[in-house]
Amino acid sequence: MIDLLAQADNALDGLKAVGAGLGYGLAAIGPGVGIGLVVGNAITAMARQPESAGMVRTTMFLGIAFTEALALIGFVVFILLNFA
Amino acid sequence: MSDLISRESGPTVNPQHNDEPEKGIVVDMLRRGIKIVPAWLLISLLVWGVDGALSAAYGVALIFANFLTASLFLTWAARISPAALMFAALFGFIFRLGALTVAVIAVSKISFFAPVPLGITIIVSHLGLLVWETRYVSLSLAYPGLGPDNMAPKKFKEIK
Repeated sequence: MIDLLAQADNALDGLKAVGAGLGYGLAAIGPGVGIGLVVGNAITAMARQPESAGMVRTTMFLGIAFTEALALIGFVVFILLNFA
Repeated sequence: MSDLISRESGPTVNPQHNDEPEKGIVVDMLRRGIKIVPAWLLISLLVWGVDGALSAAYGVALIFANFLTASLFLTWAARISPAALMFAALFGFIFRLGALTVAVIAVSKISFFAPVPLGITIIVSHLGLLVWETRYVSLSLAYPGLGPDNMAPKKFKEIK
C-alpha cells in the first residue's frame, strides 16, 4: 500500500513537471507570434521610411520587450510549479 | 548654440537621432535600475530574509543580462540587414528564454535559492523598467522638443 502511495506521489511530481514544461512552452508561443508581428511591421515601416528607422527601432525594441513579458510570466509560473 | 549649454545629467535616448537606439534604451534602463535595486533588495530582505534578498539580486541580474543581450543582438543584426534583424529578434527570443531557464535551473539546488522572490523580482523588474523607460521614450517620440534630453535640468552659461 505504501509502495503504491509512493508511486502515485512520484507520478504526481512527474505530471507536475510535465505540466509546468508544457505551460511554459505554450506561454512562449503567443509572444513568439507577437514578436514576429512587431518586427515584421517594423521592417515594413523602415523600408517605407528609412529616415525614421531610429524611431521605429526604438518602438520595436520596447514592443519586443513588452511582448516578452508574457513569456516571462509563463517562465515564472514554471519556476513556481517546479521549485516552490 | 549647443556649445553654450552644458547638461548636468539626463537620459541618453533620443530616438530621432540615434544610430543604436536599443543600446541607448538599455543603458537608460540599467542606469535607472541600479538606482532602484538597493531599495528592492532591502524590501526583499525584510520580507523574505537573506535568501530572498540573494534570490532577488539574482533575478535582477538575470533581467539586466536579458535586456543587455537583446540590445546587443538586435543592434548587431540591424547593421547587417532586415532579414538578420528578423532572425535576431525571433531566435534571440528563444535563445534568451532558454538561457534564463538554464540559469535558474543551475542555481535551483543552491541553498539560498528562493523561487517566490526570484519570480516576483523577474516580473516586477522587467515590467517596471520597461514602463519607466516607455514613459520617457513615448514623450520624446510624440514631442521631440519635450524629450527627456530637453527636459533634463540644464545649466546655462552666462553669455558675456
